[in-house]
Amino acid sequence: MRARRVSETAYLYDEPGPRARRRIRIASAVSVLVLAGLLALALVQFGSRGQLDADRWTPFLSWPIWEYLLVGLRGTLLAAAVVAVLGGVLGVLLALGRLSPVRPLRVLCTGFIEVFRTLPVLLLIYLMLFGLPAYGINLPVLWKLVVPLTIANAAAFAEIVRAGVLSLPRGQSEAGASLGMRRLQVMRAVVLPQALRAVTPSLVVQLVSLLKDTSLGYVVAYTELLYRAQVLSSYNRLLIQTFLVVTLVYLVVNGALSALASRMRRRTTRTAAPVAAAVPPQQGAPAPTVEAPRG
Amino acid sequence: MSALIDSWPALLAGLGTTVLVLVTSAVGALVLGVLVTVARVSPVPVLRAAAFGYVQVLVNVPLLALLLLAVFALPDAGLIAPLTVTAIIVLTVYEAAYVAEALRSGINTVPRGQVEASRALGFTLAQTLRLVVVPQAARAVVQPLGNVLIALLMNTALAATVGVVELTSAVNKVNLVQAQPIPIFGAAGLVYMALALVIGLGAGRIEKKVAIRR
Repeated sequence: MRARRVSETAYLYDEPGPRARRRIRIASAVSVLVLAGLLALALVQFGSRGQLDADRWTPFLSWPIWEYLLVGLRGTLLAAAVVAVLGGVLGVLLALGRLSPVRPLRVLCTGFIEVFRTLPVLLLIYLMLFGLPAYGINLPVLWKLVVPLTIANAAAFAEIVRAGVLSLPRGQSEAGASLGMRRLQVMRAVVLPQALRAVTPSLVVQLVSLLKDTSLGYVVAYTELLYRAQVLSSYNRLLIQTFLVVTLVYLVVNGALSALASRMRRRTTRTAAPVAAAVPPQQGAPAPTVEAPRG
Repeated sequence: MSALIDSWPALLAGLGTTVLVLVTSAVGALVLGVLVTVARVSPVPVLRAAAFGYVQVLVNVPLLALLLLAVFALPDAGLIAPLTVTAIIVLTVYEAAYVAEALRSGINTVPRGQVEASRALGFTLAQTLRLVVVPQAARAVVQPLGNVLIALLMNTALAATVGVVELTSAVNKVNLVQAQPIPIFGAAGLVYMALALVIGLGAGRIEKKVAIRR
């Protein structure tokens, strides 16, 4: 794992000689000192306000607090799962619509995707919370979070799926058509299975972003991790500790998902170019996938 | 419609704050992102590990959690700044990780053979980067960076949750008074789309301008 990460950009430099090695050692020492200095500065600042005292941290060793937070995590995962399923299905449908030969459908789906890819989710949530009740639409609290997130993530999923469909060689759908399959049959049986497999890593990355978005449950007062943290910290007055712990929980859950995505990506690039890591490639490294990061 | 006309000063002030937050944190994130990328491709293992950790942490943590931490919790440790400044700093730090990711994938688009060729010609690392890698990577990175900036625009709305009165927050306040959600939120949506369009078109234009014709 570590060796691979080092070798990722190691081709930029020659094997360091004695002088370069000494320079690297000096630079390492200096950067360790600077980083350690920054950390020390932060710890001194925290310590001087008594934020490092043991009694401010020991509550997080007790089960009831974790139980309280884990209920929040369950809410986060539930909301994320609902959004992933609904948004995934809607996203595939939107992608198909955008690729459809039927013009009105295509225009409609393109418009939907482009609009909701550039609207802040919070705006949709405020509309849900404060706007729609005026028209008599007042959903349960889970759906006030899930509906805006589904709309926004469906647009993102649709673009990923569409990229996958477009990346597939044309011969695939032509072969399907020449076998006498209908367009939708070709889509369902030939194109989509391959396209979805190709974009699975990007879909997992989007899942991470979606899971982060569920923290907006804080705004609609839906019982998820961040909302629970807020309630908890208003009881125990341990603001820094509570939010740091919750941040760590997010980091663990999402870090696992991200690691899964990069492992998948590495596997797909490896099957595409079997001599990637071990043998120095002759010319033109395996084309790395450039995806648009969205945060 | 009259609701919009009646309250245009508040909406305009909100838009001004959104643009201010967007521009300052965009500049900050670009600078910090470049620094992180430099550390990430440097031959110094410590710097590389630190940059990797930075990106991993910030890509996996919700922005809202960071905002709440900075605005409500850090004052307990004596770290306190004006609200809008805090929001700008958090957005900068958060979005820099995405800038760094975009830049790194740009560097990865430069074929390895190019670097090996320049090393074979006896270029130093600095020369290789300046003359071979960066000119090509910079061109590949325009569109991804545009997407990062659009994401940043959408993320500026989150500052509303901690009390910064930017466009989303201003619109919400106007709606609470006027109670005409559809035109008011619709107008805000159009403004966000227009801003995103400007960023997207700008990125497309720059990309076309710097493209190399072979």
